[in-house]
This record gives sequence, C-alpha cells and structure tokens, in this order.
Amino acid sequence: MSNVPASLKYAKSHEWVSLTGDVATVGITDHAQHELTDVVFVEVPAVGRKVKAGEACAVVESVKTASDIYSPVSGEVIEANGEVANNPALVNSDPFGKGWFFKLKLANLAELNVLLPAADYAKQIGG
Amino acid sequence: MLKRTPLFAAHQKAGGKLIEFGGWEMPVQYSSIVDEHLCVRRAAGIFDISHMGEMKVSGHEAAGFLNATLTNDINKLLAGQGQYTLMCNERGGVIDDLYAYRLGETEYLLIINASRIEPDTVWLEARLAEFPQRAGVKLENVSDATAAVAVQGPRVVEFIDQCFPGASQAGTQVARVTELKKNQIGRWQFQGQAVWIGRTGYTGEDGFEIVAPAGIIEALWNHVLALGHVGCLQPCGLGARDTLRTEVCYPLYGHELDETTTPIEAGLGFFVALDKGEFTGRAALAEQKANGVSKRCVAFKMTDRSAPPRPHYPIWADGEKVGEVVSGTQSPSLNVGIGMGYVPPQFAEVGTKIEIEIRGRRFAAETVKKPIYRKPA
Repeated sequence: MSNVPASLKYAKSHEWVSLTGDVATVGITDHAQHELTDVVFVEVPAVGRKVKAGEACAVVESVKTASDIYSPVSGEVIEANGEVANNPALVNSDPFGKGWFFKLKLANLAELNVLLPAADYAKQIGG
Repeated sequence: MLKRTPLFAAHQKAGGKLIEFGGWEMPVQYSSIVDEHLCVRRAAGIFDISHMGEMKVSGHEAAGFLNATLTNDINKLLAGQGQYTLMCNERGGVIDDLYAYRLGETEYLLIINASRIEPDTVWLEARLAEFPQRAGVKLENVSDATAAVAVQGPRVVEFIDQCFPGASQAGTQVARVTELKKNQIGRWQFQGQAVWIGRTGYTGEDGFEIVAPAGIIEALWNHVLALGHVGCLQPCGLGARDTLRTEVCYPLYGHELDETTTPIEAGLGFFVALDKGEFTGRAALAEQKANGVSKRCVAFKMTDRSAPPRPHYPIWADGEKVGEVVSGTQSPSLNVGIGMGYVPPQFAEVGTKIEIEIRGRRFAAETVKKPIYRKPA
C-alpha cells in the first residue's frame, strides 16, 4: 500500500503540502508516483511566479504520459527543486523527501483548511 | 464495453495495471515500463497478444487471393514460413500491416492488428467477392477462438525447448523449437492441442510468438512463466511493447500507418513486391516508387534535454512547421527522447537538424538511421 505520512496535507489531485511557518513545500504523493512509474522528466515553476490554488504550475512526465502538477495553495514560488529536474527518478525513489517540486510563500493561510488530512487522502486512494 | 482476452484473470492476479487499447482492456505494465523493457533487452519477457486478430485463409486459390490483396509476394513462402506484409486500398493507403504465415500447402494464417479486425474482415470479404477464383478460397476470422503470447529476449532460448519439448509436427520440420530460424513457424502440442510457434516478434530481440486455442492459453502462460525463471522471464505489458518497438522503428497501426499513408511513405517499400503482378494499390505504389513521395517517415533522437516527444507534437525545420510526431517516448535503453514522424523528403536525410515542439517550446533533435536502437555486438 502507498505511504501517506500523517504529518502532511493533501490535495485530491495527489499533491502533498508540508508547512513550515508560512512556507509550503509541494510534491506529489507516493500513490501518484506509483501510478505514474518511471518518471523521466520534471519541469518546476520559475522562482518569483505567483500561482493560484488549483493552477497547473509544474509538469511530471513518465515514459507513458505527461501530467500537470497543480499547486494546492496560492502563493509566490520562492524556491524550485533543481535537483529533481536534473534527476527525475527522485520522484519515484523519494516522493516526500528529495522528490519535492517547489516551495511557496503562502498568500492565504485559510486555503490550508480545504486540503485533506492524511486519513481522508488515504481513503480517497483506497488505502 | 471493452473486450478482454482469455488472460485477463492472469493479468489481474499478476498485478497488471489495465488500460484501454484498441477496444481491449489490456495490461500496460506489471512492475514498470522501464523495468519490463530492460528485462526484455537483457533477459526475457512474455506478452499477452491475444487481442490481435487471426484470419485463416485456405484453399487451392488462397495464395492467388492473398497475392492480389497483400503487398508482399506470398509465393516466396514455403509451408512453415512467414513474412511481414501490408494490405492497401486502391490509393496505396494501408488498411493494415500484418504477418502472413503459410502453415500448410494451401493454408495461411494472417496475424492482424486488434484495432483492425473489423475493417480487415470487411475489406477481405469485399476483395474476395470480387476475386474471380473465389470458389477456391475459404476465409475465416478465428480471432475469438485464438489466443497468443509473445516470448521475447536473448535468454528465451534457454527455456523455450523445455516449454514445448520435441520435434515440430507440422510447418517447418525441426527437432526442437530453438532450431526454427527467423520467420519460420512450426506446430507443437500443449495439453493435447495444437499450438503454432513462430520465430518472430515486435521487440527487436530474438523470440517467439505462440498462437494457441483460447481455452489453453492461461495454462500455457503459467507453464512458460514457471519454466522461464531460468531465463529471468517476466510478464510484460503493452507499455514496454510500445517502447521496445519504437526503439527499433517497427510501425504501429494508427501511428506510423493509416489509410491515408502508404508503405512507401512509411519506409516499408521492402515489403511491397511491385514485380509480382497485379494487387490492390499496386498502381499508386508504383507511381510513388517511380516519382517520389511528399512525406517520409523519419526516426529522430532529441539532442536537447527535454520532456519525451509524444504523438502529434509538431516537427519544425528551417524555422517552419514541417510535420508531426507519430510515435515518441523516452528510450529506456538509450535514456534519451526518441520518436518517429512524417516530414517532407528534403528533411528526411539522416543527420538533418529538426526541432520538436513540446508544450509551446521547441527542442533540438536530429534525424537518425533506423533502427534507433541497435543491439551491442
């Protein structure tokens, strides 16, 4: 079964959010990487870009398909993971760690309330 | 309602991830596409190809009918041999690409694409109705009663003889399966029923395709998997089948081939026997061969780091959009974006600098000689 860390919040579209102060780190879940398998390309957003919750702002491609990554929350991109762009396999091997995509300075803390807690996300993916 | 092969339960049991393909619910992968792909290149893989169609054509006029309908010369086949061939419309457009085996003196087996079973049947029946010696031809769609698996990879020879012991009973006469040569086919028995084993495949590796009655295919699949462990055999899905065939530039109907594309444009002129006499599409194909074509299927490799090329991405050259990608993927063997696409002939020469447009940005690529991947010597 997929790993769903209890400390994170989740979007229905399979992104996770980890919060430190008003900075959110975003990546895709273990379930998502397992469904994609063989990630061969990652495109992360430019630093400084302002994104809205639900906006497509990164791309992950496996051998078979290209998928958009949606920002679960609104904010300004303050850091993008260059390491995962250079080594896309990190998304498969360490989706909640080195495979993170970008960090946002949150624009609206209230948006966090609409994200799913781990138990609800686990239920969504049939865990 | 999607169709399922007789191996559907086996795929579910093996953890296959199921997708829709040409109206069929098929496994795209079991472990991962890259893992299965590399397993076939290095060891061995088994694929369910039961979705593919089978037509039996028999009778003393069968060869004449097939030669009037297919592009390759069927008279080159002895009993127990097969050939790649195409079926074209009057304009030379491809109705289907297929394998034709001569099983006996006047008995042929056509292996056709899953998505083309209906159109092929309609087409063949119409051609037969117009064929003057039609009384001497029997045409039978045996797709539903027939299943098939492909066992592919350099280590298949280590276990295939144990799977089907002894000498062939029909087709090419050999003492054991591994004595079959490329494109030869022979008949063995499994659980008291006839199975046809041809040395061919769609991966660029050595291997065999086994055609068997639907009722015994699950037992056959399990039998081969059990004995194949000596060659590290793994079940493989359509995902790896697609990346394997793309690396070696084998066409896939609906991508490289369709009813508006000819074998000459696709670079398959080798399988068009213009000298064998009249056949459907001959005039159009002869004209193209003599006067040239307006598009050609090229293979390319990305030279920029980019997302993998995909079907329908635009191809640019000399600052203009000149064509479209028809197949594209990240090559698991070469770890680079690869693909095929159609461009005007002036851009088809090997080494031409082209660009592939990926989500609004252009990335450098170069046309390369086919196949894109070659086995290290």
